[in-house]
Amino acid sequence: MNEHAPALVVMLPIIGAVLIMLIRHNNLNWGIALISGISTIYYSIILYLNARSIGTISYAMGGWEPPVGIEYRIDEFNSLLIALIAIVSFLILVYARSSLNIELKKNKISTFYSMYLLCLGGLIGILSTGDAFNAFVFLEISSLATYVIISMGNDRRGLLAAYQYLIIGTIGATLYVIGVGLIFIITGSLNLYDISVKLGDIELYRPLLASLAFITVGIALKIALFPLHAWLPNAYAFAPSVGTAFLASTATKVAIYLLIKYLYLVYGFDLVYSNQIFIFVVLSLSIIAMFGASMIAIFQSNLKKLFAYSSVAQIGYITLGIGIANYNGLTGSTVHIINHSIIKAAIFLAIGCLVFSSKIVNIDQLAGLGKRMPVVAVCITVSSLSLIGVPGTVGFISKWYLVLGSLEQGLWVVVFALAVSSILALIYVGRIIELIWFHTPVGGMVSPNKMPFEMIAVTVLMTIATVYFGIDTRLTGDLAKIAVENVLLGEQL
Amino acid sequence: MRLDLLLRISSKIFLPFIILFAFYVQFHGDFGPGGGFQAGVIFAAGIILYTIIFGIKKAQKDFPETIFNYMVPLGVLIFTVTGLISLSKGFNFLDYDALAHYPKHGQHIGIIAIELGVFVTVIGSMVSIFYAFVARGKK
Repeated sequence: MNEHAPALVVMLPIIGAVLIMLIRHNNLNWGIALISGISTIYYSIILYLNARSIGTISYAMGGWEPPVGIEYRIDEFNSLLIALIAIVSFLILVYARSSLNIELKKNKISTFYSMYLLCLGGLIGILSTGDAFNAFVFLEISSLATYVIISMGNDRRGLLAAYQYLIIGTIGATLYVIGVGLIFIITGSLNLYDISVKLGDIELYRPLLASLAFITVGIALKIALFPLHAWLPNAYAFAPSVGTAFLASTATKVAIYLLIKYLYLVYGFDLVYSNQIFIFVVLSLSIIAMFGASMIAIFQSNLKKLFAYSSVAQIGYITLGIGIANYNGLTGSTVHIINHSIIKAAIFLAIGCLVFSSKIVNIDQLAGLGKRMPVVAVCITVSSLSLIGVPGTVGFISKWYLVLGSLEQGLWVVVFALAVSSILALIYVGRIIELIWFHTPVGGMVSPNKMPFEMIAVTVLMTIATVYFGIDTRLTGDLAKIAVENVLLGEQL
Repeated sequence: MRLDLLLRISSKIFLPFIILFAFYVQFHGDFGPGGGFQAGVIFAAGIILYTIIFGIKKAQKDFPETIFNYMVPLGVLIFTVTGLISLSKGFNFLDYDALAHYPKHGQHIGIIAIELGVFVTVIGSMVSIFYAFVARGKK
């Protein structure tokens, strides 16, 4: 079955989602989700190892040979991200059961698992497909599942947030399709590899630029790149904690991969980066995101919203690397996709623990948490510190590569911006850490519920990962380097 | 209910033809225009017409909502199982050649099977959405 792994990594979560929806048994749904999660991990690792040993894998869906049929194209870059997303979302699934029992109505839990797996399948589909329109279909599958996940929380504002995202997400997808349509008119092909070959001898420069603009803006809406981030804070704040952890650590990352794929592998480095305005726009938007979103985060009182804004800022770091566009900058981006996924999973899972144990939603309720729930408090502290980029945590590794990259390009402004935005991050993280460790508990707090073992275990595991991968970068930094070297800067797709 | 005699009688005459036409579009899909999605919508339109004429109570008694809720994932399951059968015979995912001895027959069987999946899912989701809106506030 190993040669069918490209199809299986996408299908296994979707089959799991369908089975859960059909069976709808409250004790079985978690088990089915775990089984499909772990088998997805198995095949994603096989995919990565195969991509490393034999190079790019091409899989013809339905036996129709590319470029006519839909092709799944697996290289060292996207299989690395597939493995990352499979592993992170499996760990969140392990955590999910107890948290969902508290946060969701009983009759909604099966639907939640189903949508979770459907979203996972869609995200892996976006990563693995080599077909422009198939990517759109998976984008829609994952987005539709995301809307449902967001709307499921007990807070009724979640419905509004989901609706907001529904509108914005649909606009984004529409822009993307318009871009794909333009490419199709120009080249007559939907296969990304075929397109990248055919674009080489195209003289219609203007429609090409228009398609680039449409696709970039469309995907940027999904990425929540500043100033198109308006949907993200509410969506993260009012979704169930498990949903927030899942979306924050996977959904935006996949959209960023799609953008990188278009810029580097389809349009090609030369076309995109001969355009000075494009670089300027990407760089300045990233810097504004780093500043603006961090600044807004400082004034948030809702804990989840604070970290949602911090997500917008961190996405700025990732797109910054895309704008810097050299080896180290891109490595920084890729590493930060991995690292930020781990950090945000750790933080939102820890917040999920707080919601579970004592319904904490606001920052001032954190006072004295260090005494009441020391383990969770340490988790939040450590993972927030890695958001700042303290040496010895994963955040440092990403920023190191970004600084190296911008120094090589002579972009001193960017280096300065990185430093200042770290200070801004220090302010909002500092507020939380101060409340947790240096304030006495406010009277009248409900005594915390006893935490189930698996919730604590997964949260601690994620937190340890943020430190471990900050010291030993063989699994993150080195693999990201290889991916960037062989895929993005190597020969075009 | 008394005054809409004309509507009730004429819709009773129309309904079997609507359903029959849905199946025609479904099974004719691999020779001419049509297919699972269109057929599913036509079929669902028949049920929606029934609901509009005879009221949500009678409609939900005759066509219970749970059936449609289960039809949504069932169709996707039919689709994926078709793909998995090709996998199990050593062909690529959704390669219909695997489904019969002759590739051409396989293609016929495959397209009918997945269009059936689409048909089932589309009916399920159309009617579920319609019921969800109509029954709002009445529970």
